[in-house]
Amino acid sequence: MTEARKPRLGVFKFASCDGCQLSILDCEDELLAITGAVDIGDFREASSAVLEGPYDLSLVEGSVTTAHDAQRIKEIRAQSKALVTIGACATAGGIQALKNFGNVDEYRRVVYARPEYIESLATSTAIADHVPVDFELRGCPISKVQLLEALSAFLQGRAPNLPNESVCIECKRRGTVCVLVAHGTPCLGPVTQAGCGAICPAFNRGCYGCFGPQGTPNTASLTAELKTLGMAPPAVQRLFRTFNANAPAFKAASEAAVAEAKAP
Amino acid sequence: MTERTIGIDYIARVEGEGALKVRIQNNHVEDVQLKIFEPPRFFEAFLRGRSYLEAPDITARICGICPVAYQMSSVHAMERALGMKVGGQIRELRRLLYCGEWIESHPLHIFLLHAPDFLGYPDAIHMAKDYPDAVKLGLALKKVGNSLMTLLGGREIHPINVRVGGFYRAPTVNELKAFRPQLVEAMKLAETTVHFTADLDFPNIEEDYEFVSLRHEREYPLCDGDLVSSKGIKVPQDRWDDVFEEVQAPYANALQSVRKGGGTSYLVGPLARYALNRDHLSPRADQLAREVGLENVVRNPYRSVVVRAVETVYAIEEALRIIDQYERPDPSWVEPPPVTKSVTGGAVSEAPRGILYHRYRIGPGGLIEDAKIVAPTSQNQKRIEDDVRHLVERSLALDDPALTNACERAIRNHDPCISCATHFLKLDIERR
Repeated sequence: MTEARKPRLGVFKFASCDGCQLSILDCEDELLAITGAVDIGDFREASSAVLEGPYDLSLVEGSVTTAHDAQRIKEIRAQSKALVTIGACATAGGIQALKNFGNVDEYRRVVYARPEYIESLATSTAIADHVPVDFELRGCPISKVQLLEALSAFLQGRAPNLPNESVCIECKRRGTVCVLVAHGTPCLGPVTQAGCGAICPAFNRGCYGCFGPQGTPNTASLTAELKTLGMAPPAVQRLFRTFNANAPAFKAASEAAVAEAKAP
Repeated sequence: MTERTIGIDYIARVEGEGALKVRIQNNHVEDVQLKIFEPPRFFEAFLRGRSYLEAPDITARICGICPVAYQMSSVHAMERALGMKVGGQIRELRRLLYCGEWIESHPLHIFLLHAPDFLGYPDAIHMAKDYPDAVKLGLALKKVGNSLMTLLGGREIHPINVRVGGFYRAPTVNELKAFRPQLVEAMKLAETTVHFTADLDFPNIEEDYEFVSLRHEREYPLCDGDLVSSKGIKVPQDRWDDVFEEVQAPYANALQSVRKGGGTSYLVGPLARYALNRDHLSPRADQLAREVGLENVVRNPYRSVVVRAVETVYAIEEALRIIDQYERPDPSWVEPPPVTKSVTGGAVSEAPRGILYHRYRIGPGGLIEDAKIVAPTSQNQKRIEDDVRHLVERSLALDDPALTNACERAIRNHDPCISCATHFLKLDIERR
């Protein structure tokens, strides 16, 4: 009788900073338990050993920015029973999606002396724009606690139990005084999904939205409040255009922030 | 005429995506290309039009392994552009945060990425079956670094507390004091690490590096000091462009940094910092370096693993020093002056894997007009190719799998971080 085969895990990288897959290695207390529960099939940042697919679970970091990667994600999807995206790049296109609002040909010329050698699509897009995704972990970077919950849920064959409420709820739970109401500090907390633990307000700064839009974000109301605080429309636009700039709710809010200013 | 090609399609255990191609003709190394297929992300382009206050948060996202380095180089460049002086306890807190990054990043490389090469494993997970204590020690040590970054920065990856002028919130004296026992424990682990690394087997090889690092008048460098080299460079750190330049190699696989004029390679990172600042090590780090017989200048790239361990001891000792003298700064940041005209500033800081240069021009009103970022790995890239060339010339008798493995090791010696991808090109990479 052979031993039951352990689930095979793949960790794949697209355009990103490597921070979300580093979160796996940053689970210092749990790493050896994780690697005891799964076979690492493919995790190039950590190992030079590669096991062939198919993979029971693939964690995908990064966004799609090249034609080659648009093809590669299809191959990974075909090799994966379950596919979970990890982080803002994979779930919303990441900071590099700022090029979606610019001119990529001009960008090439600005950064590179020989732009003809740069292969890059005009956009940076989420993995879910290319293939079906089973679950998305938010954050820039992801939360280790949420990563462990998603891995445990997968190993136990249940759905991950993760909140989609706003950062405001986490501030209340943490007992942090509202920086927006009490100090007039611009804050995206009301429209941003919880998960980080409301770190920024606890450090006397406003949330900058790195977990992306929450389930039902009222961005119009927040935009009005930010302008009342004295923020100029382009500054409001920049606030919505960072690590989740291409998430539909933030993208629409960033466009509305300046469109309203132009209206009579 | 015989032609032989060594190809590594995906270099493992480095941060980011890279490949290597070596072409050998008639037992002569014709060409070595360290290729980067990390997709371009265009940071320098989309930083234009952003507020200079946003640069620390945005540029941190270039690299999840060394976000503090990006935050430090960017805030210092902005402060230099604006003529700001930031010193005292804010300066100490910045060093403390940077120590956290070193205490995390060095053990990550030593135990999880580099040690498997010396001990013959594909990764630390397999290594843990035979060396459980070493891997657990590495994880425990790196966790202290992460905890220190979380204490000061809110989280370990992409900390949220750094701003131009200082910090959004300075920790209380008691918060830092409460962290002391963790550092004391980490010191024991780091001392064990120095001995663990010194006992590894090293190939007997020396390279003639031009070492480049910061050098400060009285301390081991993190953010302050001049830019110096072992072959005579000594300029203020914002004069990087006077002595180095980025060029495109004839085969055009990447922008590489070289010495201006001569076009030669140079080395940044722990070997360089150590060689140029050996006299500024803290007492315990100095003592341990002597104990394990580490010479004052190390030219063997494999022994960089020992230097990383000594630097980890330094970072812990420095963190303890800062905590012991700490008084909470109030306010926790220096308010930047309004930007009334176009100003330019550059700064270098010592990422765990070497110097990181940022230069910005800020326009009236505070929006960034121009940005230049030179990552440590793009500065080391040409030097890594030189190491690989010398290795292959020495090792032509090896069969292809053995030579391939040796080449990967030669690359990993320098802890390359290919995700720092702002300058890297993609060329026709075959993935087989």
